Amino acid sequence: MKYDVVIGLEVHVQIKTKSKMFCSCPASFGEEPNTSICPVCTGYPGVMPVPNYEAIKKTIIAGIMCGCEIPELSKFDRKSYFYPDMPKNYQITQYDLPFCQRGEIHIFGKGFSGNMMEEKYIHMTRIHLEEDVAKSVHFSTFSGIDYNRAGVPLMEIVSEPEISSADEAYAYLTTLKQIMQYAGISDCDMEKGQMRCDVNISLKPSGQIEFGTKIELKNLNSFRAIHRAINSEIERQQDILLSGGKLQQETRGWNDDRMTSYLMRVKESAHDYRYFPEPDLTPICFSKEDIENLKKELPELPEIKAKRFVSDYGLTEYDAAVITSEKNLADYFDDGAKKTSAPKILANWVISELLRELSNANISINEVKISSDDMAKLVNMISINTISGKIGKTVFAEMFETGKAPEEIVREKGLVQVSDEPEIESFVAKSIQENPMQVEQYKTGKTAVIQYFVGQVMKLSKGKANPQAVQKMLKSKLDA
Amino acid sequence: MNIDLKTLTISEASELLASGKISSVQLCSDYIERIEKIEPEIKAFVYFDKESVLKSAEESDIRRKKGEHFGSFDGIPVSVKDLICVKDQPCTCGSKMLKDVHSPYDATVVTRLKEKGFIIFGRNNMDEFAMGSTCENSSYYPTKNPWNLNRVPGGSSGGSAAAVAASEVPASLGSDTGGSVRQPAAFCGVVGLKPTYGRVSRYGLVAYASSLDQIGPIAKDVHDAAILLDMISGKDHLDSTSLDKEDVCFADVVKSAGNSLKGMKIGMPKEYYIEGALDESVFADIKQTEKLFKELGAEIVEVSLPHSKYALASYYIIATAEASANLARFDGIRYGHRSQDSNNLHELYLNSRKEGFGAEVKRRILLGTFVLSSGYHDAYYLKAQKVRTLIREDFNNAFKKCDLILSPISPCPPFEAGTLLDPLQMYLADIYTISVNLAGICGISVPSDIVKNLNVPLGIQLIGPAMGESKLLKAAKVFEDNRTIRKFVPNL
Ligand SMILES: [Zn+2]
Repeated sequence: MKYDVVIGLEVHVQIKTKSKMFCSCPASFGEEPNTSICPVCTGYPGVMPVPNYEAIKKTIIAGIMCGCEIPELSKFDRKSYFYPDMPKNYQITQYDLPFCQRGEIHIFGKGFSGNMMEEKYIHMTRIHLEEDVAKSVHFSTFSGIDYNRAGVPLMEIVSEPEISSADEAYAYLTTLKQIMQYAGISDCDMEKGQMRCDVNISLKPSGQIEFGTKIELKNLNSFRAIHRAINSEIERQQDILLSGGKLQQETRGWNDDRMTSYLMRVKESAHDYRYFPEPDLTPICFSKEDIENLKKELPELPEIKAKRFVSDYGLTEYDAAVITSEKNLADYFDDGAKKTSAPKILANWVISELLRELSNANISINEVKISSDDMAKLVNMISINTISGKIGKTVFAEMFETGKAPEEIVREKGLVQVSDEPEIESFVAKSIQENPMQVEQYKTGKTAVIQYFVGQVMKLSKGKANPQAVQKMLKSKLDA
Repeated sequence: MNIDLKTLTISEASELLASGKISSVQLCSDYIERIEKIEPEIKAFVYFDKESVLKSAEESDIRRKKGEHFGSFDGIPVSVKDLICVKDQPCTCGSKMLKDVHSPYDATVVTRLKEKGFIIFGRNNMDEFAMGSTCENSSYYPTKNPWNLNRVPGGSSGGSAAAVAASEVPASLGSDTGGSVRQPAAFCGVVGLKPTYGRVSRYGLVAYASSLDQIGPIAKDVHDAAILLDMISGKDHLDSTSLDKEDVCFADVVKSAGNSLKGMKIGMPKEYYIEGALDESVFADIKQTEKLFKELGAEIVEVSLPHSKYALASYYIIATAEASANLARFDGIRYGHRSQDSNNLHELYLNSRKEGFGAEVKRRILLGTFVLSSGYHDAYYLKAQKVRTLIREDFNNAFKKCDLILSPISPCPPFEAGTLLDPLQMYLADIYTISVNLAGICGISVPSDIVKNLNVPLGIQLIGPAMGESKLLKAAKVFEDNRTIRKFVPNL
């Protein structure tokens, strides 16, 4: 028996804004517990929500970038349930008129597992805006609640059940994250809880129309974990079905260390959230003109940017994909590329040197000390032979360490490449004079030995001689 | 000089302060003395801080001496209903649930009053969480009607109305969700104004039903109500449902009201005057008022509000639905009453709410939860919203034919204390006031007569369209100046 996998993702993304969704508290991460709070976000009697238009705007931008329809009329609703992390015991969210409806994410290319994926569009049902809840912290004899997170603007992005493999889920999430980063909506750092994902997954016999029993996976802390959890869950469900067993609708947690899932709870009777329109907020209207104006502010989509890098800068598709995988890296490269006539070399340096060092130092591109200007300068110095590629690496290492400008390092260390004829000539003459045996070999036809002389000259010049110039001169001397 | 508190208005107090004939300390001390004398009988206050009032009065006097006072009302006391937040004061909504809860901030109306130098003069008793029409549903004690101690002062802003009627304070701010300012004002012989929804910021008003709640002044006369409306109304960035104020001074409108209602059309809804629906005294009062309006030059026209009979049902569904969510936050987790014998979270919720809330509050939370529940939501909540739209349209149509609508406030005079035990009977008494909240329009209650054998006052209601307060206040003022009884002062 063959089974089709049906996966739907429910993604929550914290929107990067100065203040919370309905009050003026800073929406920051990592503060002391209960320091970014006020009467509004702790649900004191008498308070009222004031909508954060920056968050609304960013939600609409996310929607437009995902190809959503933006209805002219939207509103907020109250969703009621009792839990200590809910200051009002209702959440202000959106029920039947969300800001964004229907959208799609384009996935293609090589999947996370290395296999090629079928190119396809995963549709999303909606994107709505709501307030985040507080964080419960459980201790041995009591529980604490940190309300710093309560009220932080949160987008909920619901996909249609159109994902059919772990690779597709991974690609959907990566693309979604890229879009959020590109639009400045969120950094989508899963470790910081800026992006959270619940997976709904079911199996059905190939070709069957009705869905199988739906299992919800929670506690997924990285894309990698999601990929692993989906594959493990597909296997688990398949084993049960193949052995004639029946699945029950349940919520399972994922333990990434042990690489297994565990039962959290069997589906209880459906929650009755008693939604009704939030009377403290008036409905929000967008004219077609508002939407058109927002469209003008839209950032370039990663897919489009990669195409531009290929056509404008002559990058390979692979290099362009690597560089555009992260918005900040793409911007860094884009800035630098505008200041050099050798963008392809810049791309090589960014991908091979810069990314390696970043990963060694475990820092992000935002934290790097080398400015994109200096990176371009370095590439320029190499491309016009002011320094050799080899010296370039030394200079780069110091730039990475200290953030000094490349020309400063080159000047301080006297690393300027020597292309000056008389100086090179003296090194060339010296190397010929000191190595009669190799001269002999050359003369008998073993011309490859010329590399030996180049090496000698480079040594004599302490690496500063321009290797091409050296080779040219050696050739003319030895051939004479 | 000696101050006659029994008739003193804000505008008179303002003149006396300006002329230097009295000081704020003297004014406040006189009120304090009166409170100490009669409050044991009336019980209109649940919180009063003598020291801080006198301190504020002293500060006001110093400002005035230096010529640095915050306008002409600096130093005049005003009290607030116990659901309007005042920084560092308790705000208990008449409930055991919030017994020890202090407000960490000022409501916008309080900020605005303080900016004008008004002294926040204690907190008035109320039906718990504004749910009730008698001021007997308070977890503290029932408030008495200053006219007749065996009668209720009305509710839910009963403490505010009784305090003003008993001259314990010249004015008070109440809140009106279905008549809670207008009805107690009528029962106590004072003026109560329910402004257009959105005219006054609700920030700092503990919500009962957010789409119906509105803060309104309770005052000795129409002019004072207008003065307070000037002070508290206008757009507030903390309440996104609040509205911009048009360029008008309501106090000036009242002052220049004149003595004629010529050219004004007063509508009388035919659905409101069915024989037998009104107590005889109320019916007679309305007839007498109709006659007076005619004499004042107004034209009386019959209008129709065909969906009136559904207003009560619609109101109690919408109000309780919103209340069920608004009151969900009172769970004993962050503040307020927390049950001491609970073994787990679920029990903590159950017991805290069981012990903290009174019966009427529980009844309305249950009702509201029910009408929002899946399976019932469309039949109740959604239907009620549709009715609400129809009621709003009824008023829009009526106001095409008239400027204002004349109606009773309550179908009967103030109830005898302790007799209104059937909740449904209590809900039915709201019939003439709730439509105004459902439609989001404005209404005012003005004392009109005294029921001689009971020694209790009656009030009439004038209803105006949305943002129609100018017309409303003008007509109310002309009526006030020409009614048979000049001043409504209880014998206390
Ligand atoms: Zn806050």
